[in-house]
Amino acid sequence: MGNLRRFSSFVRPYWKQSLASLVLLTCLVAMDLSIPRLIQRIIDHGIYRHDERVIVVTSLIMLAISVVSAVFAVGNNVFSVRVSESVARDLREAIFRHIQSFSYGNLDEQKTGQLMVRLTSDVNALKGLVHISLRIGTRSPLLMIGSLFLMVRTSPGLALSMVPLLLLTSATVGFFATRMEPLFRAVQEKLDRLNNVLQENVAGVQVVKAFVRADHERARFGDANEDLTRRSIRVMEFMSTMGPVLTLLVNAAVVVVVWVGGQRSIRGDLSVGQIVAFTNYLMTTMTPLIMTAMLANTWASAIVSARRVYRVLDTPPEIRDAENAVWLPSSAEGRIVFENVSFHYGGSHDGAVLEDVNLTIEPGQTVAFLGATGAGKTTLVHLIPRFYDVTSGRITIDGIDIRQIRQDSLLSVMAVVPQESILFSGTIRENIRYGKPEADDAETVLAAKAAQAHDFILAFENGYDTHVEERGVNLSGGQKQRIAIARALLARPKILILDDATSSVDVETETKIHDAIAAQHFARTTLIVAQRVSTVLKADKIVILDQGRIAAQGTHRTLIESSSIYREICESQLTGSIPVDDSRGRAPA
Amino acid sequence: MMRASTREVRDVHAAMVPRGPMGMRGIIEKPRHARGAIVRLLSYLKPFRGVLALVFLLIVAFTLCGLLGPYLMGVAIDRYIATKDVSGLAGVAALMLGVYVVSNILQAATGWIMARVSQNALKQVRNDLFSHLQSLPLSFFDRNPAGALMSRLTNDVDAVNQAVSQNITSLFGSVLSLFGILVAMFLLDRWLALATLVVVPIMFAFTRFVARYTRKGFRRLQGALSELNSTMEESISGHKVVKAFRRSDAAMESFKKANDDVFRAGVYANTYALLLMPLTGVLGNFFVIVLAGLGGWLALRDLVSVGVIATFIMYGQNFINPLRQLANMYNSIQAALAGAERVFEILDTPAEVDAGADAPPFEEVRGDVRFEHVRFGYQPGVPVIKDMTLAAKRGTTIALVGPTGAGKTTVINLLTRFYEIDEGSISIDDIDIRRVRKADLRRKLGLVLQDTFLFSDTILENIRYGRPDAKDEECMYAARTAEAEHFILQFPQGYHTDLTERAGNLSQGQRQLLAIARAILADPSILILDEATSSVDTRTEARIQKALLRLMAGRTSFVIAHRLSTIRDADQVLVVKDGEIVERGTHYELLERRGFYRHLYESQFKGETI
Repeated sequence: MGNLRRFSSFVRPYWKQSLASLVLLTCLVAMDLSIPRLIQRIIDHGIYRHDERVIVVTSLIMLAISVVSAVFAVGNNVFSVRVSESVARDLREAIFRHIQSFSYGNLDEQKTGQLMVRLTSDVNALKGLVHISLRIGTRSPLLMIGSLFLMVRTSPGLALSMVPLLLLTSATVGFFATRMEPLFRAVQEKLDRLNNVLQENVAGVQVVKAFVRADHERARFGDANEDLTRRSIRVMEFMSTMGPVLTLLVNAAVVVVVWVGGQRSIRGDLSVGQIVAFTNYLMTTMTPLIMTAMLANTWASAIVSARRVYRVLDTPPEIRDAENAVWLPSSAEGRIVFENVSFHYGGSHDGAVLEDVNLTIEPGQTVAFLGATGAGKTTLVHLIPRFYDVTSGRITIDGIDIRQIRQDSLLSVMAVVPQESILFSGTIRENIRYGKPEADDAETVLAAKAAQAHDFILAFENGYDTHVEERGVNLSGGQKQRIAIARALLARPKILILDDATSSVDVETETKIHDAIAAQHFARTTLIVAQRVSTVLKADKIVILDQGRIAAQGTHRTLIESSSIYREICESQLTGSIPVDDSRGRAPA
Repeated sequence: MMRASTREVRDVHAAMVPRGPMGMRGIIEKPRHARGAIVRLLSYLKPFRGVLALVFLLIVAFTLCGLLGPYLMGVAIDRYIATKDVSGLAGVAALMLGVYVVSNILQAATGWIMARVSQNALKQVRNDLFSHLQSLPLSFFDRNPAGALMSRLTNDVDAVNQAVSQNITSLFGSVLSLFGILVAMFLLDRWLALATLVVVPIMFAFTRFVARYTRKGFRRLQGALSELNSTMEESISGHKVVKAFRRSDAAMESFKKANDDVFRAGVYANTYALLLMPLTGVLGNFFVIVLAGLGGWLALRDLVSVGVIATFIMYGQNFINPLRQLANMYNSIQAALAGAERVFEILDTPAEVDAGADAPPFEEVRGDVRFEHVRFGYQPGVPVIKDMTLAAKRGTTIALVGPTGAGKTTVINLLTRFYEIDEGSISIDDIDIRRVRKADLRRKLGLVLQDTFLFSDTILENIRYGRPDAKDEECMYAARTAEAEHFILQFPQGYHTDLTERAGNLSQGQRQLLAIARAILADPSILILDEATSSVDTRTEARIQKALLRLMAGRTSFVIAHRLSTIRDADQVLVVKDGEIVERGTHYELLERRGFYRHLYESQFKGETI
């Protein structure tokens, strides 16, 4: 509930429109409630007293009220739509803006899919709440109260006789409302399960066909389908019971009116016109009552949505600039030192751990990181741009602890090519220029050429203006990687980080890229995370990581002599005079 | 040597294939052939003919009852209250109650029956759809990316659900009510009834007028929402890059623009959509006023009694509601039919061609494979395999090497008949594989690909996928042989560990080992392997090598090779370039030849030798 109160701050800027909406709504209710009274007048004063003038005048009044009602209703709609859409827009913006401040660590906890749901379904649930509150949500209770009041005024005795039925109706409505939610939830669960089977079959169609498992899958789907059908039937049976039961209650009330009211009328206590009016008021009491019950669901889901939205909005970004953070001078050399650095991921992220890392990277060096999956290579290089903060120890650049440097400044001297190349929809040119939109064509082409991408780009019909589909689906893995590399090179960073950035590129091309980077001074210091030994042969320093620790460092030559781990890795990947596990007994090359 | 996963190859080719109607974005709100869709939908209801007839009777019955109520009220006023007949009044009141009770019971019964009918019909639609999906060729799945296909399968089926479960009964009920009320009104008083009829065309005119704008409005809204969602999704999933390149401000800009678009489109669409209710509300009131006024005027001239007027007013209110429902239903039925059409489109897509009962038996397969002048292209006129001839004796290992896009992955697709060759022939044991039933063929083939697809089920069940009737011990033996058991037992639940969606809790290497175990269990005669190398650490790498050797022993194996050891040990190395085999021989023979293969081999590393 507290979250809903906080949410109301989003509605507050639009209080004027909201108020207008509610005022119009109240007038509408008043007008609606006046109609039965006017009909009563026509019947009692007009017909029974044979006064034609009354009939005509009253009819005209009702007509006028009708037209005004329509105008007010449109007005109420316009305002309520504007307010709810505005609130939705503002809420979405607030959430998205907050997400922009997130660090890598935050995103590990809250995945894209979840965040998208916040921005879509949850915002919609809250928008729906606002919208309904300005319309039916307020109209129903007002109508109900107004009708009750008028019922009592028309005939207190008759109203009294309605009380038991009204109470019974409220109880019934409450009963149905509480039973409804779990039933709907069960259907949703079964639907999700069915869709999962469907999803897997669409994504894994090759496997299903290869292993000839179509019948097995049909059976699996059939089961899930049967489950869903059973639950759906139960829900529909529930709804089919609820409707008639509630209708019967309303009908019974009418019968009571006829019976009790009729008797009173016979006694002379009540006019026929009053009976008709009373029946109308009855309708306008009970129908909104039922309507309000349906809204219970809207409220419930809005509360849940509010909670989820605020969980996002309340999450502080993991990495923040220190209060007295400095800018890196433009003359910075870029000497990176790791001092007794240890690190482990927080929360539920199951990643590698670093322990007691001491490392110096001189400006201008090409340093390669080698090691098994999970050894900590990517983790290590992610600490340098401060994507994550160290758990203990410190990292310095030119002697300044990176935690004292403004994030913006730190990132401005680095460029990262991540493991998974992420491209955005737009042209190839735009993607390469992503880090530096003001770059000109010459720079762009230069970067692309160094990344060995220029040739294949020109092979496309539209060249650099070729459109990259969402996620780069129309490009092969190797092409995507090379564009990502070009993107990083364009920035001419002081520190270039290549995180397994050439895994889908063949050795020959990879070598050309590294040579180009070195020869054309695209970056001062280059850090390479690699799986293949062939990538790192020419590095100034090779750092071998094993289970979060530096197992060895040196050049290729020195490591061959001094490190057994390095030798092991080399043997398994390159040809060598030492034979590999050779069960076929063939002679080595 | 470059790599490309099977899926990647398919994706690249699929991205080039022009999208059919399935791949189109945007909503189609009007069905193209409404009648056709309706007829087909009705065919799903045919098995329930008898029950539906009963339902129809029930609807007629409770509609009649519903009409009786107001009528009895009028009678009460005129006949009993006016004459101060208390006992008569009691009688009428009791009758009213009875009628109402019966009416509601009948209505509930109708709902219960229709619940079963509609959901069972829908269950059949879903089963038919899924079953048919299984029989569609792989090229269908290439043309229709998973996301779009899923949306069709879920949203459109849901639309059919709406049509069948809700709209049919409402439609029936509303039309009957309307008809019944009209008849009753005419029976009571001709003039008042005529006054009522005037409302109908006005109501429909309103609806159509508003509908035109709302349709346009919602289409625009849909587009804006789609754009916003794309923008948000791309930005958030690529947030790490956005942050690394300091482009948050730019991301915010494009977001705001899309967000504002949605705001404007939403206001426009919803304002129009909501216009209908107050308009029809006014119409309803207007209508009641006319009744009351006209009725009153007539009553003064003793042309009609007060009771009749009261009845008419109640009928009037009962008349407006179904009318309003029908108007609302118009749009929703259109959307439902459009959805149904798309469902039927899938059902009408022709299934994979397969051999019939006259297919030759394919049980004892030795594994002699032959390609004769095979020619194939994913797209007509763009051949990927130009002219391929090869022969593999049973039990031998054939390594396929060559640059990406040369056609190696395609060879696999042709051997498994995921795609059909354009020219030439592929035969196993001298039987043309096109004559064999696909299921029989694939049962003899074992596939271990780069992208291991695992199901969200236990590890044991995933292994058992290779042979459904295998016993637990057999599955575990396969896992042991595949060098997978050691990591499986490290999980607390061992073999019964549930693999999360897409097996996110396993590493690449571990997934490969499971895929090998699966293939071992399947015990195929011919093995097809697409080696993946990167992202696997040396220890697991060694295990995979060992497992593969065991798997390949004694089986004809086609390997898209990346490991030198595999290539060296192969009985035949086929160098594929531009859709043709340019060199063939053993590894050593090819090195001697100093041709293209040698060049490929030497670019594996430059310079240093150990």
